[in-house]
Amino acid sequence: MIALNKNKIKVMAENLSDSSAGRSLWKDARMRFMQNKAATISLFILMSIVLFSFIGPYFAVWSYEQIDWNAMGSAARVGMPSIESGHFFGTDDLGRDLYSRVIQGTQISLMVGVLGASVAVIVGTLYGATSGYLGGKTDQIMMRIVDILMSIPYMFVLILLLVVFGRSIGMLFIGIGLLSWLDMSRIVRGQTLNLKNKEFIEAARVTGVSDFKIITKHIVPNLLGIVAVYATLLVPGIILAESFISFLGLGVQEPSTSWGALIKEGAGTISYDTEWQLLFPLAFFVVSLFCFYFIGDGLRDALDPKER
Amino acid sequence: MSSNTILEVNNLKVTFDVRSEGDMPWTKAKKLQAVNDISFSLNAGQTLGVVGESGCGKSTLARAIVKMVPVESGEVVWLGNDLLGLNDSETRPFRKQIQMIFQDPLASLNPRMNIGEIIAEPLRTHYPKTPESDVQARVSDVMNKVGLLDNLKNRYPHEFSGGQCQRIGIARALILKPKLIICDEPVSALDVSIQAQVVNLLMDLQEEMDLALIFIAHDLSVVKHISSKIMVLYLGNMVEIAESDDIYKNPSHPYTQALISAVPIPDPSIEKNKNLILIEGDLPSPIDPPSGCVFRTRCPKAQEICAQKKPEFKEFTKGHSVACHFSD
Amino acid sequence: MSLLEVKNLKVEFETADGVVNAVNNVNFSIEEGKILAIVGESGSGKSQTVFAMTGLLDHNGSATGSVKFEGEEILNISNQKLNQIRAEKIAMIFQDPMTSLNPYVRVSDQMTEVLVHHHGASKSDALKQSINMLDAVRIPDASNRIRMYPHEFSGGMRQRVMIAMSLLCKPKLLIADEPTTALDVTVQAQIMKLLADLQKDFGMSIILITHDLGVVAGNSDDMLVMYGGEIMEIGKTENIYSAPTHPYTQGLMSAVPRLDDSEERLITIPGNPPNMMKSPEGCPFSPRCKFAVDKCNSDSPALLKIGNSDHFRSCHVDKEKIL
Repeated sequence: MIALNKNKIKVMAENLSDSSAGRSLWKDARMRFMQNKAATISLFILMSIVLFSFIGPYFAVWSYEQIDWNAMGSAARVGMPSIESGHFFGTDDLGRDLYSRVIQGTQISLMVGVLGASVAVIVGTLYGATSGYLGGKTDQIMMRIVDILMSIPYMFVLILLLVVFGRSIGMLFIGIGLLSWLDMSRIVRGQTLNLKNKEFIEAARVTGVSDFKIITKHIVPNLLGIVAVYATLLVPGIILAESFISFLGLGVQEPSTSWGALIKEGAGTISYDTEWQLLFPLAFFVVSLFCFYFIGDGLRDALDPKER
Repeated sequence: MSSNTILEVNNLKVTFDVRSEGDMPWTKAKKLQAVNDISFSLNAGQTLGVVGESGCGKSTLARAIVKMVPVESGEVVWLGNDLLGLNDSETRPFRKQIQMIFQDPLASLNPRMNIGEIIAEPLRTHYPKTPESDVQARVSDVMNKVGLLDNLKNRYPHEFSGGQCQRIGIARALILKPKLIICDEPVSALDVSIQAQVVNLLMDLQEEMDLALIFIAHDLSVVKHISSKIMVLYLGNMVEIAESDDIYKNPSHPYTQALISAVPIPDPSIEKNKNLILIEGDLPSPIDPPSGCVFRTRCPKAQEICAQKKPEFKEFTKGHSVACHFSD
Repeated sequence: MSLLEVKNLKVEFETADGVVNAVNNVNFSIEEGKILAIVGESGSGKSQTVFAMTGLLDHNGSATGSVKFEGEEILNISNQKLNQIRAEKIAMIFQDPMTSLNPYVRVSDQMTEVLVHHHGASKSDALKQSINMLDAVRIPDASNRIRMYPHEFSGGMRQRVMIAMSLLCKPKLLIADEPTTALDVTVQAQIMKLLADLQKDFGMSIILITHDLGVVAGNSDDMLVMYGGEIMEIGKTENIYSAPTHPYTQGLMSAVPRLDDSEERLITIPGNPPNMMKSPEGCPFSPRCKFAVDKCNSDSPALLKIGNSDHFRSCHVDKEKIL
């Protein structure tokens, strides 16, 4: 079908021959992404969740650490979700407002996810691209380092770090960021090896373009597709990791909270007829993760070069 | 070295280390002789055609000249300077003068850059201080030269056909006004009718800008059409070099003879009554090439001496050299 | 009766950007024991024509018209029937043999499978036949090499294996889609010679699809020139080469550099290949044709017989003006 695809390209070239503005691959990808309903809806929902976590506090009657003494200890009877009491999502077992706490948890979880993923993406991309492009001994050494780091049991180290240095968001970032770029760097290296032999890289080298420029101008932009896809899949992975740590009781410190911590509390009190304590955070958690996965899928299809 | 010789390649040798799967890190790699003892010279404005079949080392030769692959021994003398003795920063000024165009027109253009950026890149690399308006003027200028409208500058490579992409590649090679362009199979991925357009364009540009070309291809008819001199390679070795008409009329090496007879001529009356010289068997492995003459395993004329002694590459009439024990 | 008769074949592809007319109103036939070459550039519809005939179109493609093989309609028949015909009477070889050889299965198993499944041959019998066939395509040391995997053969040898496989069932018709495009010239010469010899031995017909006018010249009885999904010219190979009556054929012939000629400059066909999206008004070649008149842009020329010969052309301009 190469012949047909070629034709398609020619057609596009001709259809556009009147306007002088080109259609970059990014614009093409955006159009294809928009055609994917699941991905577009997911993106919309995710944006709403993010927006909600910023605007939500202005509608809150209670702050996330304030204790409603009426509801304390009798959450099952008094602390149920209601508009009159101002506890839109009900209260937790200590009588704290779940609405505010879910917002707080959303902020923290998303921040951990997005920041952790960006660290992983930046470090992983640069590391992988450099290793792949330089090749030879340097590549061997850089990749063996990755292998060694990968062989360390990740959760175990993270738990140790948190126990030894105390629980803090900073430590959580360091722990997660330290190790999550490893996969990224491997993927990027593989892609770089592929790209390196492309003729346009050769063309740049023959012209005398410096290695640094080749990596930043020719290799990295062509990697961004796969990096974007992987990053959207990495965010939920990190959120899950953080939730797991929080579920073990080692994550963020009270009175701050996160989805994992909230789900843990909710799950612990489920036998007291306070199912909202589990369901609200869980709903946010599940919906967001689904959204990330759908967006990742959509991005992958949109950026897949097979179409061209 | 005559006064207008711009490039002289002397005894160039390129070997690659080949490791097989499962080798221990300390096992010695096998040597693959990709280019073996190649020498030639090229005058300004001249075209050297390089032909040979896949695996003959023609692409490696091109890349060795521009220092894209490590060279084991030999010299690449460009305007009196041995490029191989220079380090990267010393080579940079010479990179302006030697440019390259590639086989796959679309793959040789960065899909994330627009045409204007692609063509301007060599200029921006070597003259980073050129004002933007000058860059744009130069880009428009070369685009017109290769037959592209300059309002296409903001387009991206995937919006063009193969022939147009090759024109963009040529424009990029021309923007620094080089003295030599190395063309690595520039037309073999193009349709017949487009092929002729690109060949004509290259010949016109050559005349206009006094360019020297090294034209690498497997299609002997195209090479003969564009070249003044032709070099035939087999398994990394030079087997014959001569003026292009001469090599067609008096091929002296058995391999050249077979190659020429195998090229189909678009004329049924000739083609159907042609006396084909078929060579049997497969190309030997370059990791373990035959002793003596590399072609002897498939050569119809092979004798004992061919296995024992490597034939010397010698001139037997003026400008026509061949590596065969039985050339005369 | 012709071995194969194609009438009003039309192939369309449904794509995201609209319908592509890959093949338009193609008519031709092939006699027993003849070689027909289909010549065209990329996008001319030459491959899609035979894919449609053999039911190998991509899922978004559809074909209309009629294709009669030995008098029986084979276009759009059930897969089961088609498989049977493809296994017994029509064989195909492709540009890249690796696309039709399974890299993880020994050549011996791939070859005998066909015989055992479709012809009920016994295993040992099938193996014997396969080795004989490899001998016939001149693979040295066939009885040992048959146990190798496809990647252990060189490109030329692989194409020979492919040819041997396709001939196992003694097909009436062999369709060769750019069989030598990926090969070196000396290997190409070997393979074309082999095909010619086998064609005589087996008495089959061959449809040779290629863009290489040199290969066509030496290896075909009749030829068919396609452009933009339509037939431009069809006739005896000798006649077309000695006097191409269609401007496109003529342009194509003069655009190829010839080894035995030293012309100063190639004569080119200006412009780019056609856009298959816009269903062409008139002749698909008219935008690039130097003889084009007003009529060419509006009316599609019919494929008409020239005089009393079996030479057809589709062009509005008089033949005398072009020659």
